[in-house]
Amino acid sequence: MDINEIIKPENLVYDKPRLMNDNPMHYCPGCSHGVIHKLIAEVIDEMGMEEKTIGIAPVGCAVFAYNYIDIDWEEAAHGRAPAIATAIKRLNPEKMVFTYQGDGDLAAIGTAETIHACNRGENIVIVFVNNAIYGMTGGQMAPTTLEGMVTATCPYGRDVELNGYPLKISNLVAQLDGTCYVTRQSVHTAAAVKKAKKALRQAFENSMNKKGASLVEFVSTCNSGWKMSPDAANKWMEEHMFAKYPLGDLKNV
Amino acid sequence: MAKIKGAVVVNEERCKGCELCVVACPSDVLALNGKDVNNKGYHFVYMKNPDNCIGCASCGYVCPDGCIAVYKVKL
Repeated sequence: MDINEIIKPENLVYDKPRLMNDNPMHYCPGCSHGVIHKLIAEVIDEMGMEEKTIGIAPVGCAVFAYNYIDIDWEEAAHGRAPAIATAIKRLNPEKMVFTYQGDGDLAAIGTAETIHACNRGENIVIVFVNNAIYGMTGGQMAPTTLEGMVTATCPYGRDVELNGYPLKISNLVAQLDGTCYVTRQSVHTAAAVKKAKKALRQAFENSMNKKGASLVEFVSTCNSGWKMSPDAANKWMEEHMFAKYPLGDLKNV
Repeated sequence: MAKIKGAVVVNEERCKGCELCVVACPSDVLALNGKDVNNKGYHFVYMKNPDNCIGCASCGYVCPDGCIAVYKVKL
């Protein structure tokens, strides 16, 4: 069969999500952010909430998230996304509100906002992209950096005596009464992407059903910061990151 | 058994040549173009073995830049 006979609109099984626009993404080649953006765009499209969704962009690599997904966005100061999301959701309860944050934003400067927004049980979704490093600023140590992991500011590896232990913020948040759904996902294989999409959908539905705060953590790679090829970074993540940050639901009520 | 054939269309200008789709493909269809580059200077992906494609869309799911469209027919 000729290839041109296969390539017809009625045979299409997968394409770029409708809500993702044609702006070229500024992310490094192989960055997990792109896949997570695609999932968010797909889930919002499937729920038919395109006109009712407000995303809060963070400071970090995803600071330009508002350029890529065709919904309403708000830009927050560093770490303050859950506070802004709280305000927007309380003023517009019919809107679907989510924050999109990295580990330097959510787990470092924004720890207080994150924990208190979750503890208050705000009906928002927090998308947390954990790549164990500050990607945008050049690969410095983050609170989530693994023990012994080499970064620009700990060139001999993270020393727990000097720098403390990696922060498992999802486990912290799962203990709070305000959260209804806390899960840890990954997007390194096609199967993981499908699973992650289901988790994301559940989180968004929880927020519209007024069940409380949902946090979806994506264990992801930063191949530029880790100084590896995208494929090697995925393998490194499976080997090292999953040991400290095991995938699965931490809380689902 | 019904035979399934697939095809992949790559948005070559959007592709950054990260090779994640090449690794994700179960039937060794995709490869990076070793010679040509797009306007950004990246080697983009192309169908090296188009006959092997089963239209599973694994490449599409893992593509961070959404440059892959997958088509599938049952023969």
